[in-house]
Amino acid sequence: MTSLLLSLEGVSVELPTPRGALRAVDRVDLTLMPGHTLGIVGESGCGKTMLSRAILQLLPKRAKLAGSVTFGGRDLAALSPEALRKLRGPELAVVFQDPMTSLNPVLTIGTQLVETLQAHLGMERAAARRRSVELLAAVGIPAPEQRLRQYPHQLSGGMRQRVAIAIALSCEPRLLVADEPTTALDVTVQAQILDLLAREQKRRHMAMILITHDLGVVAGRTDEVAVMYAGRVVERAPTPKLFAHMRMPYTEALLAAIPKLDSPPHTALPAIAGRPPDPTRPMPGCSFAPRCRYADDRCREAKPPLIDPGRSGGLYACWHPLALPTGART
Amino acid sequence: MPDNASNRAAPLLSVEQLTVEYPVSGRTLSAVNDVSLAVGRGETLGLVGESGCGKSTLGRAVLQLRRPTAGKVVFDGTDLTALEGEALRLMRKRLQLIFQDPIASLNPRRCIGDIVAEPLIITGITDRAERERRVREVLTAVGLDPDLVWRRLPHEFSGGQCQRVCIARALILEPELVVCDEPVSALDVSIRAQILNLLEEMKRRYGLTLLFIAHDLAVVKAVSDRIAVMYLGRLCEVGPTEQVFGRPAHPYTALLLAAIPVPDPTVPPTTNVAAGEPPSPLDPPSGCRFRTRCPRADGICAKEVPDLRPTTSEQSVACHHPLTDR
Repeated sequence: MTSLLLSLEGVSVELPTPRGALRAVDRVDLTLMPGHTLGIVGESGCGKTMLSRAILQLLPKRAKLAGSVTFGGRDLAALSPEALRKLRGPELAVVFQDPMTSLNPVLTIGTQLVETLQAHLGMERAAARRRSVELLAAVGIPAPEQRLRQYPHQLSGGMRQRVAIAIALSCEPRLLVADEPTTALDVTVQAQILDLLAREQKRRHMAMILITHDLGVVAGRTDEVAVMYAGRVVERAPTPKLFAHMRMPYTEALLAAIPKLDSPPHTALPAIAGRPPDPTRPMPGCSFAPRCRYADDRCREAKPPLIDPGRSGGLYACWHPLALPTGART
Repeated sequence: MPDNASNRAAPLLSVEQLTVEYPVSGRTLSAVNDVSLAVGRGETLGLVGESGCGKSTLGRAVLQLRRPTAGKVVFDGTDLTALEGEALRLMRKRLQLIFQDPIASLNPRRCIGDIVAEPLIITGITDRAERERRVREVLTAVGLDPDLVWRRLPHEFSGGQCQRVCIARALILEPELVVCDEPVSALDVSIRAQILNLLEEMKRRYGLTLLFIAHDLAVVKAVSDRIAVMYLGRLCEVGPTEQVFGRPAHPYTALLLAAIPVPDPTVPPTTNVAAGEPPSPLDPPSGCRFRTRCPRADGICAKEVPDLRPTTSEQSVACHHPLTDR
């Protein structure tokens, strides 16, 4: 049996706000095997970014983390800042949504890459420079030697994101967290960046967590998907199973709300009424109940646990899960 | 459904050989280059293209927020490019704009009621009761409760609700043409569907004509009667939505369609679509501007700029080797 690369147990993140504690992440359990891809899907404010920050130990100072994050057998929360620093780069790396703000605007691309290689791998300057050129070429940047001398603002959004990926991959991490890596990009560039991530991941046998609000992005590019709503994982299943038989009404609604290319123009979209709940005002029942068309009194009174019914191959948190199609193989 | 023949006879908006240039450090950037299109009354024209293709500049030039360098913008028989001062101001009542970032396009220090009433004040409606009646009416129409939202500030609302306020502000003068510039791209999937449905409802209720600018083809398809595809300042393809999506004639349209992620894991993602990125609009390729990324490009594409010419009675394409050729 392959051992787990990452395991989250009962992870909660609380942020103090003037209106009281905001529970951004609520008792999340997740596991990830080496070389696998986990998609985390949800709307803005569902806690997906805070969850990724908990994994990376990059939470805001005042945030309270509960539960355990075990990576490669070590409890990350127990590590010293120095030990964590050593882990980041060769073990854990991250690509953020906005490549303009995640790169340093006053340093050249070359400096940023070379510094990373020198700091984490102890490489000599000349060797680090040669390696930087290779890395830029590997992520599909034309004329990499010239790019080393350029500043982030001289590159397009897609090229900047490629540079950010090159930096993240530079120390051969075992886990890459990609937080909405293509949301700021055009659809054609998005396809290229997702291809690049998939290719490099395969080549390096690296695990990846792909965070997005777009179910279309996770569909073809992940092994497993966790759907988050109001800080909780409300459904989790191997990707093909999730799309074939989704059990959680929220996942169904999220998928239905995406405009489809094959429906005729002016087709009314099945929008999800209302909006996500206020995270500073926890509710006793299911957080999705106020927007759910299947909700009844039980949903409003008691929070459904994330259960593994052992039939569909997935977990869901719902009192009234969607029926499996008749004759569906489990 | 608008009748295409009669729309072509007298379009509400007709853009004729429009060129918009910006001076950029001593050079000229041609953001919109010789673009002609028409939008019939009651029609929604979807304008799509990647960032920097000039689609927003075109939208702004239609409203004369950016004065074109050459060409005409004819709205209901009047050439807007020839209008100045008061005459233009009066015309602007009939044309409105909805922006991408709903929060940034609302004044953070003014309450919702005042924001939505402002266009009425500007256009000289001095009767306070009349203004209040109209603000209430339009807020209700966009799905907001006037009593709850009137005195509140934009930061108290979510992005989707702010976009409802922006739509209310755009509609309060009962315009005929609304330019929607990426109205849903800053919103979450679930909220996006609400706003798209609202725009469709408002279009029916107020009899609007829409120029709907977006980079997401699936979103554009959901609301548009016709589609215009833009690349580096020029039109590639124009035609009825179903035709352009079902049988794209321009290789660029096909490429955009192939890049859309499909929410179905049994469909493998198309790889190697769209090699490269658009070149700089400061230094566009000779001939066809798309040729540097085009799988069908050959010698003629580098030499001659392809004209927009009809492939069917309703669809036109600017390509030397359109996909509809056998």
